[in-house]
Amino acid sequence: MPSMLRDGSRRDVLAAGGLAALAALLAPRMALADEKAVEAEIKKLYGEKKLESGRIKLDVPQIAENGLVVPINVEIESTMTADDYVKAVHVFADGNPQPGIVSYRFTPECGKAAAATRMRLAQTQNIVCVAEMSDGKLYSTKSEVKVTIGGCGG
Amino acid sequence: MAANPTPRVRVPAKATKGEMIEVKTLISHEMESGQRKDSAGKTIPRKIINKFTAAFNGKTVFEADWFAAISANPYQAFFFKAQESGEFTFTWKDDDGSEYTAKAKLAVA
Repeated sequence: MPSMLRDGSRRDVLAAGGLAALAALLAPRMALADEKAVEAEIKKLYGEKKLESGRIKLDVPQIAENGLVVPINVEIESTMTADDYVKAVHVFADGNPQPGIVSYRFTPECGKAAAATRMRLAQTQNIVCVAEMSDGKLYSTKSEVKVTIGGCGG
Repeated sequence: MAANPTPRVRVPAKATKGEMIEVKTLISHEMESGQRKDSAGKTIPRKIINKFTAAFNGKTVFEADWFAAISANPYQAFFFKAQESGEFTFTWKDDDGSEYTAKAKLAVA
């Protein structure tokens, strides 16, 4: 796997330099999403509907040493019955080349609106999570992850 | 990276009625983001698994749309409330149109 080797060597260079400044020099080569891009994505899905706070437990590390594999666990408070459940959850990042990370669709059969996966983060940024309930209500929350080594191979 | 992505799933074999079980899945896949460049400076085209679906006895119970920000060898965990015995079918859809599937049985006492 030559690409892995190359990635590895870049990482060694970064480690040897040991400087965040070097990473900062490398990062801006990519066109990155920003807060506006995330807002635009949410608008595309839900228009101008109001986002309330609460009910979402977004579990991401405060500091991620390796941006290539960052665990993300979301859980939304809900009884998950046929007439009151979490329909969808969308996760965005405001500092990746593209804002989308993952969109989940739950059903009452899940019993619990929780899911875990792993994501790539290019740099330190905010993770934004929006949950849509079966009654149409929207909730959102965000959390910052500090990334030591970015996860978007150059 | 392996030409054939290999799915691995972990589902408890048995559960009591009403019990909440956690389903964990993993599939080997490079999840090429479309952002990287090869040694000649050419962009490597995007090739990711863009959708994961879990169905129980034929009914979809959980879906995830994955974007380019999902890590290589994607992991997905979710919950399911056991009500009756049956079989899970997990499907992963690749950008190139391929589909990978795995099945797991659950016995509910």
